[in-house]
Amino acid sequence: MSAFVEALGDGAVVAKRNLIKIKRVPDLIVFSTLSPIMFVLLFAYVFGGSIAIPGMDYREFLMAGIFAQTVVFGSTITGAGLAEDIQKGVIDRFRSLPMARSAVLIGRTTSDLANNVIVIVVMSVTGLIVGWRIHSSPLEALAGFALLLLFAYAVSWGMAIVGLMVRSPEVFNNASFIAIFPLTFIANTFVQESTLPGPLKTFAEWNPVSAVTAAARDLFGNTNPLAPPADVWPLQHPVLMTLIWVVVFLLVFVPLAIRQYRKAVAR
Amino acid sequence: MARMADAIVAEGLVKRYGSVVALDGLDLVVPEGTVMGLLGPNGAGKTTTVRVLTTLLEHDEGKATVTGLDVVADAKQLRRRIGLSGQYAAVDENLTGFENLDMVGRLYHLGKKNSRERARELLERFDLVEAADRPVKGYSGGMRRRLDLAGALVAKPAVLFLDEPTTGLDPRSRLGMWDVISELVAGGTTLLLTTQYLEEADRLADKIAVIDHGKVIALGTANELKDQVGGERLELTVGSAQDAASAKAVLTPLAIGDITLDERSHRLTVPVTGGADVLVDGIRRLDAESIKVLDIGLRRPTLDDVFLTLTGHAAGGNGAEEKQGEQEA
Repeated sequence: MSAFVEALGDGAVVAKRNLIKIKRVPDLIVFSTLSPIMFVLLFAYVFGGSIAIPGMDYREFLMAGIFAQTVVFGSTITGAGLAEDIQKGVIDRFRSLPMARSAVLIGRTTSDLANNVIVIVVMSVTGLIVGWRIHSSPLEALAGFALLLLFAYAVSWGMAIVGLMVRSPEVFNNASFIAIFPLTFIANTFVQESTLPGPLKTFAEWNPVSAVTAAARDLFGNTNPLAPPADVWPLQHPVLMTLIWVVVFLLVFVPLAIRQYRKAVAR
Repeated sequence: MARMADAIVAEGLVKRYGSVVALDGLDLVVPEGTVMGLLGPNGAGKTTTVRVLTTLLEHDEGKATVTGLDVVADAKQLRRRIGLSGQYAAVDENLTGFENLDMVGRLYHLGKKNSRERARELLERFDLVEAADRPVKGYSGGMRRRLDLAGALVAKPAVLFLDEPTTGLDPRSRLGMWDVISELVAGGTTLLLTTQYLEEADRLADKIAVIDHGKVIALGTANELKDQVGGERLELTVGSAQDAASAKAVLTPLAIGDITLDERSHRLTVPVTGGADVLVDGIRRLDAESIKVLDIGLRRPTLDDVFLTLTGHAAGGNGAEEKQGEQEA
C-alpha cells in the first residue's frame, strides 16, 4: 500500500512539472485547442453539406466523432513528451532517483489528461456555437465526457510505450500519425459505419474508436432515430464496450509501459 | 560486502549491445573520499560504466557494488545514496532553477520543507541565486551544468557520478565547473568522473583509469601514468651547427637513448631519466664547455602522450570513429 501511495505522490510531483510547462509555454495549449476547433469548422461547413445523415443534422452527428478523434490525438502528447524527456536526459535523471518506477508515467498520463480536459471544454463551446446540442440529462452528458477522457487516458499508456521505444519526438509524431489517422477515420466518427464497404465496415465496427464515439453519441443524446440498428455487439452496447476496452488497454499497456521505462536510457 | 573503505567496486563488468561489446571485463575500485577519473575516447565505455554503476543499465556479466550495495539487487536502496549528473544538463527548461531542484528533492522524498530549503541552499552555493526564479530556458550552458550538478547533490549523496561534466562548455565555463568540482571534492565526496579531456583528469582526479574498448588499460595517478610511459626528455636549442655538435657530445653521457638533432633549428632532444637533477647536470656540462644555449627545458610527457602510447590513438577521436563510438556508448 505504501508503495502505491509513494507512486501517486511521486506521480503528482511529475505531473506538476508537466503542468508548469503548459503554463509557461501557452502556445502548446493554444495550438492543441486550435486544431480541434479547425476540425469542427471544416467538417461542419466543408464536408457537412455533402455528408448527409438521413434523420439528423450532420453537426449533431459529427461532434461525438470529433471529440473521440481529438482526445485520441491528445493522448499522443504522452508519447511525444516521454520521447523528448529521454532525448534530453531527463529520464536518466529520474531513473537515478529513488522514486517509484511508475511515477513518471503516472505523472505524464495525468497531466496529459488535464490537457485533454481543457481541449474538450474549448471544443464543446465551439460545437455549441456551430449548432450542436446535448439532448440528454446533465448527468448523462457528464458521463459522456468522462468516458471520452477515460478512453483517452487508457490510450495514452499505449502511446507511452511507443514514445519510450522510439526515443525521439519527431519519429514518434510521424509513427503515431500513421496509426491514428486510420483508427479515427475508419470508424463511425465522421460517417455512419453502415455506409462503409465490406472489410472497412468490419474494421469500423470493431474499432475501439467507434465504440467510444457511439457511447458518447448515446450519452449526449445525439443518436440518429432513423439509423439502422447496429449489426455487431460492440456497437449495440457501446458504453459497456468502451469500458471493456479501457480495462483491456490498461491491463496490457500499463505493465508494458513500466517495463519499457525501466529499460529506457538516452542514446 | 566490499571493504568499507571502497566506495565503488566493479569486477569483470561485461555489457553487450547485440554484437557490440561496450564493456569487456571492466575492473574498477574507487576508495571512499577519492576522485577517480575515467579517461577515454568516445565509445570507450565510460558512459556505459556510469550507467551500470548508477543502476540505469543492467550489465550482462560481472559484479558491481557502490557503498557496499549491489547495483542490481539493491538498486532502489542504492539510488538514495548516489547523485548523477549526466552528459547533457538534464534540467527542465520550462521550470525555474528553484523548481528543478525542489522537484528533485521531492522525488528523493526529502519532504516539502526540506526540499525547498535544500534547493535555496544549493542555488546559493552554485551562484545561481539571481537566476533562481527564472525559467532555465534563459540560462547559459555553464549555468545549466551548475544547476544539473546541484541536482545531483540534493540528497547529499555519498558517491557522486559526473559523466563528462564539462563537455560542450566554453573554456571559461569549464574553469568555473572545475572550481566548483574541486571545492566539492575537498569536502570529502567520493567522485567518479568521466572525461575525454586529459587536462580535466589531470586537474581533478586523484587517480586516473584509462579506458579503451570497454576495459581499463592503465591505472594510476597522473604522474604514475606519465612515468609508466617514460619519455622524459631534455630539449634545448643552440645558436649554431657547431654548438649543436658540441652539445650533442657533451650530453651523450646523460642520454638513455638516441639524441635527435634538428639541423635547421639547431634543436636537440635528449631522452633522459631522473627529472630536474638531469636538467641541472646538463646545464652545468654545457656551461663548462661554454656552449651558448638559447633555450633549454625538461619536458615531461603530457597525458596526451600517455594516451597516445597506451591506446595507439589520440584522445577525443575524430570523424567516423567518434560517430560509431556515440552509438556504442
